[in-house]
Amino acid sequence: MATTTANAPRLAEGEWRRPARSLWSDAWHHFRRHRLAMAGVVVLGIIVVATLFGPLLWTVPYQKLDYSAALVGPSPAHPFGTTDLGHDLFARILWGGRISLAVGLTAVLIAISLGTLVGALSGFFGGTLDDLLMRLTDMFLSLPQLPLLLLTIYLFRDMLRELVGPELGIFILIVTVVGALTWMPTARLVRASFLSIKRKEFVEAARTVGATDRRIIVRHILPNVMSPVLVSATIGVGAAIITESALSFLGLGFPSDVPSWGRVLYDAQNFMEIAPHWAIFPGMFIFLTVLSINYMGDGLRDALDPRRTQR
Amino acid sequence: MGTKIWSRAFAVAAVAGLTFAACGQQAAPAATAAPTAGAATAAPATPAPTAAVQRGAGGNLTILYWQAVTALIGHHAQGTKDYDAARLVVEPLASTGPDGKPVPALAAEIPTKANGGVSADSTSITWKLKPNVKWSDGTDVTSADVVFTWKYVTNKETAATTAGVYATVKNVEAVDKSTVKVTYAAPTSNPYLAFTAGTGQIIQEKQYKDFIGAKAKDGPKIPVGTGPYKVVQFKPNDVVTYEINPQYRDANKPFFKTVTFKGGGDATSAARAVCQTGDVDYAWNLQVEAAVLKPMIDASDGKCKMNTAPSPNVERILINRSNPAASLGDKRGEPDQPHPFLTDLKVRQALAMAIDRGPIAALYGPTGSATCNMIVGLEAYTSKNTASMSVCKYDLAAANKLLDEAGAAKGADGIRVYKGTRMKILYATTVNPLRQKEQDIVKASWTQLGIDVELKAVAAGVFFGTEGNDTAAKFFFDVEMYTNGASQITQDDYVTNYICSEIKTAKDKWSGGNYMRWCNKDFDALYTQYTKELDLAKRYELLAKMNDMIVQDVAEIPLVNRTQPSDGISKALKGVIPTAWDSVLWNIADWSK
Repeated sequence: MATTTANAPRLAEGEWRRPARSLWSDAWHHFRRHRLAMAGVVVLGIIVVATLFGPLLWTVPYQKLDYSAALVGPSPAHPFGTTDLGHDLFARILWGGRISLAVGLTAVLIAISLGTLVGALSGFFGGTLDDLLMRLTDMFLSLPQLPLLLLTIYLFRDMLRELVGPELGIFILIVTVVGALTWMPTARLVRASFLSIKRKEFVEAARTVGATDRRIIVRHILPNVMSPVLVSATIGVGAAIITESALSFLGLGFPSDVPSWGRVLYDAQNFMEIAPHWAIFPGMFIFLTVLSINYMGDGLRDALDPRRTQR
Repeated sequence: MGTKIWSRAFAVAAVAGLTFAACGQQAAPAATAAPTAGAATAAPATPAPTAAVQRGAGGNLTILYWQAVTALIGHHAQGTKDYDAARLVVEPLASTGPDGKPVPALAAEIPTKANGGVSADSTSITWKLKPNVKWSDGTDVTSADVVFTWKYVTNKETAATTAGVYATVKNVEAVDKSTVKVTYAAPTSNPYLAFTAGTGQIIQEKQYKDFIGAKAKDGPKIPVGTGPYKVVQFKPNDVVTYEINPQYRDANKPFFKTVTFKGGGDATSAARAVCQTGDVDYAWNLQVEAAVLKPMIDASDGKCKMNTAPSPNVERILINRSNPAASLGDKRGEPDQPHPFLTDLKVRQALAMAIDRGPIAALYGPTGSATCNMIVGLEAYTSKNTASMSVCKYDLAAANKLLDEAGAAKGADGIRVYKGTRMKILYATTVNPLRQKEQDIVKASWTQLGIDVELKAVAAGVFFGTEGNDTAAKFFFDVEMYTNGASQITQDDYVTNYICSEIKTAKDKWSGGNYMRWCNKDFDALYTQYTKELDLAKRYELLAKMNDMIVQDVAEIPLVNRTQPSDGISKALKGVIPTAWDSVLWNIADWSK
């Protein structure tokens, strides 16, 4: 029919106009439709921007003492109230957020990178390498995290303190140790997924057209195992933030006057009744951060799930 | 999750550490204050008991210590909690009252030079036991038990924690069945050192005669005693329950039928238990920020009051005279490596003048007061000269001026440089919310002087331990902060910490008491004079002089004079008399509701 022939080039034109579809543009397309995930992005974005640029706008120094304004509730002068020494909580939380977020995100980044690398190699190549890597994973799993962290800090803190200063030194130590001790579940997840996916037809197909091992791992299998990795990563962020605060109050974390969120929360615990604002704000920020990241993980998992794109 | 449990365990350990310095505080005895004839014997140790008091009329008394009891024999005590829990059962010859003077317990009267009990040359003291005192198993208490206690404690293999107290005792002999003579190696200003207060608990020869020396560790864990109570059940690290000792010498006492001595938790939860829920009648050591504690006490339905007494314990900042720089390697902290800027008196004075004691004392509230003295505890020897010293006045402008005079000009980053060294201070203390706030306050002032301050908090167990580099004794920091004080009202053990010969090196495992590496020949001269002086008034004068010297030369910076005890008690509890020089439970037989 004439209409058919007339339509055909138009359709082709429409096809042509659509941007090229890639894994990531597809994912973004789906991700945008995940409302909670988008809310997570917005909230986390606000928190990150606030901690990065907030201290430039809110110029009250976080370490300033003001005994005349101790333990006052939220007010225009102190939006989040003050501590018992009159520290401005808003300034402390803005500043402390940099540390907590940096610790949480960096530690998790290290953990999932390591975990994915080990899991991918182990699952893809199998054999002796698999045996070796999995026994190594077992070994790491049996290490108690906190005692090891204490030992590492005890051994290396002074050295790093001399090299890069007390704050950066302890940062490097914490993220490295937390990262190096939490990659194992990720590695196992990734290995298991690799074992099942590497036998799938599309991998065989890729192999027959001559794709290299590296390309198969990175382009064909990895996107399919991203979802469990992301979920375990989101849980890890919260755990890392909390580990940092645990260390702070063992006296092994950052110096006590560095107001990471965990530290502020710890300081507040005895004042819960008389000054609830002191605990509520840092608690809320840890909560919002972890929740946002969790929802983002949720959204990403759905968006990156290859089966979903077929629906 | 795992970390949480850890955190809690460590939090407890951390709070426990706060009073670490004060542990073992239980020591003995009293000044040589020659009591007016007969006063010591005639005056009852305790207030006249209320007429209605009757043995066992009260129900259960609950005592809470947030450190749990691990040993019930005072001579194997690991801390205040053990001395105190044992004290309900095992008694010394004499307790030490709030004024630091001995009060008879097992002794019939306090021996003095006037009544012939103390020898004219001050080397021996003769105690008479109360007649007809019986152990809880019904046998008589005799002087042989006292002699046995001495033998038990001083046997090295017994490993008694109280052995140090008896180091100067040359001999203990039974004169007759109820008389015992204690001879010291040299004339002493304090003949009441042995067998009094927490470290003087008399144990029964019959029960322990087969467990002296190396066998002590297999000895009975529950001692037979002479005190108002005997142990019904002892769960180490948890709880001790007591009931009335039927053999107790006073027919009308004690008032409470049973006592429960609980252990565990932390200072804040202990405060809640006595002040808010009323679950316990007595809560030990409420080391809680005043801002938290005060509302609990002042609440309209508050169930508690504070039980405090002036004590010799002073929270202080120690200033390191040696160089703690890690770059020195083995030479680090050795006394022959002078600190780059803290050896300058003007710098130390500037640091002292930048201390704002008001807000620091406010953190302690009812359990401490601002002080600029190092030797305190008794009004008679507390110096009155320090109040007018410039180093005791908070004056940032003057402090800045002193640093200018010392030639420490500010560098580009606003931090002063002293003879080529950037003035950076590493300021350490134990992990404790209260102490971290003190650090914040001090840091704020020192920062205004143009000094870079790095804070460090070390777990108390490590800080007061011997392992690692973060110990108070090694002092690999520029300044450190903790509480210390005399354990005896005579201050003998305490002032020794300031003499040059107490400066130790890595070779001696840093075992000396002079952590500051402060050596002042004038002070040593005063100290020598002090140790030889037996006249009380002159000794007090010398103590005040030594105090002024420490403060003026800024060997240490005194901050807060803490109370001891710092306990919370139920408002209904009567008859509690706090003393800094003995167990807080020393007169528990007189307590009532």
